[in-house]
Amino acid sequence: MRQALEIIRVFFRIGFLNEAAYRANFYAQALESLVTVGTALGAVAIVFTQTDTLAGWRPEELVGLLGVYFVVLGVINLVISPSLQKFMEDVVTGNLDYTLTKPADSQLLVSVSQVQVWKLVDLGVGVVLLVAATVQRWGELGLRPAAAFLAAMVCGAAIVYSFWIVLATLAFWFIRIENILQIFWATYMAGRWPVGIYPDWLRLMLTVVVPVAFAVTVPAEALAGRLSPQMLASAAALAVALLAFSRWFWRRGLRRYSGASA
Amino acid sequence: MRHFLELYAALFRISLLANLQYRAAGMIWMLGLILEPVIFLVVWSRVAEARGEPIGGYDAQAFAAYYMTLMMVNQITFTWVMESFQQRIQLGELSYELLRPLHPVHNDITDNVAFKLVMLMVMVPALVVVYVAFDPRFDVTPRNALLAVAALGGAFFLRFFIEWTLALAAFWTTRVAAINRLYYSLVTFLSGRVAPLAVLPAWLQEGAANLPFYYCIGFPVEVLLGEIDGPAIARGFVVQAIWLALAAAVITLVWKRAARRYAAVGA
Repeated sequence: MRQALEIIRVFFRIGFLNEAAYRANFYAQALESLVTVGTALGAVAIVFTQTDTLAGWRPEELVGLLGVYFVVLGVINLVISPSLQKFMEDVVTGNLDYTLTKPADSQLLVSVSQVQVWKLVDLGVGVVLLVAATVQRWGELGLRPAAAFLAAMVCGAAIVYSFWIVLATLAFWFIRIENILQIFWATYMAGRWPVGIYPDWLRLMLTVVVPVAFAVTVPAEALAGRLSPQMLASAAALAVALLAFSRWFWRRGLRRYSGASA
Repeated sequence: MRHFLELYAALFRISLLANLQYRAAGMIWMLGLILEPVIFLVVWSRVAEARGEPIGGYDAQAFAAYYMTLMMVNQITFTWVMESFQQRIQLGELSYELLRPLHPVHNDITDNVAFKLVMLMVMVPALVVVYVAFDPRFDVTPRNALLAVAALGGAFFLRFFIEWTLALAAFWTTRVAAINRLYYSLVTFLSGRVAPLAVLPAWLQEGAANLPFYYCIGFPVEVLLGEIDGPAIARGFVVQAIWLALAAAVITLVWKRAARRYAAVGA
């Protein structure tokens, strides 16, 4: 565990050192993030010119939902997406050999090998939205909803990570499927709205096929104080199950890998 | 002219074969294009149901017809040159294209049409699902259908010209991602994608009616469904024609200057 944390720390340091030389990228990223968050908030604002609540969600609760959306987006873009994309290229080129010879867990190494530090901006934007959404009721926001929210976030992160690693692991069987990661991006934007508004078939897809519901809506419900203990328990159970499954799947995939010369 | 047609036939054959080969990747890209209008359709249906009365003239079934048509129009008019140009310039791929005795825009057009033809195999089932799930109400007269085809033609070329011109920004800066994002955001609000124009706040309606983006997507949709009346349609065609002429002039000007600026990798 301590070694794992140390590895993550080192990769973040390298990522920062690499990017620190290109500071203008920071401003480009900041502009991008602001435009994206402005678009999302603008859409919510337009909807609420016509109504007071959307399927039971008040405007500030939807801002909280967007906060969760951007935090998750930030984490994925910060490390998970760039690392796993690199991993899929490495399987094709055979460069994965170098990773496998290192004396550390291979799944950990491929999951954190690339860090795009400027994507921290998205994470920051998400935190600002979360604060803005809750600042008026900090007094009444007790310890329990706060703890439930944090727990739901951790579960959501674990579920999303498992989903990504499973998709990426498919690279061991199929070459040239880097586009498969796009499945996540194509559907993730549905998470800007609570999944409860969607018709059953679409909600099912956003819960089971792509875990947008658990990644975004469930934590946002916790923040709004509406998450039932049963729902949190099922999120936790799913998180554990998916982590275990993705671990097993990774090991199976790894056994298929035959190296650069194959 | 005959030479030109033969050229197009050849280019189109190549584009079609390439797109058939890489259809799986294309299908995944289509997911997002299909999902966005469905999301806004769901949101507005919920709002209309909760209010129990039409919003800006739209009830749930009218929203369904609007977004289903928008899906088709967006599918016909969208381009991906803004994404592809960055790579073409930064990796020097454009060098080969410049060596051909032919403006690269022609190949982009055949590529665009071929991709969309191949993607009909995703689009048609998606439209069927939306039709069954949301029960749209179409009120289309033959006159509106004819006018909509004309509006759609204008929309295709207007959008193509605008996005091709913006794509040329990659000649001057390597950070086109921020520009693209800004453009997409403007388009989302001003083209009728977030909501039909009649549902937007008055000041946004005003802006959208005078800027080009609405004439790339929302205008043909509203013409087909009869959401705007005769004078508004006539005015729309005039505004669309003005923007089209402007965009065609700008693209010629910018391309000349851009091609002169181009220095391939290693130069």
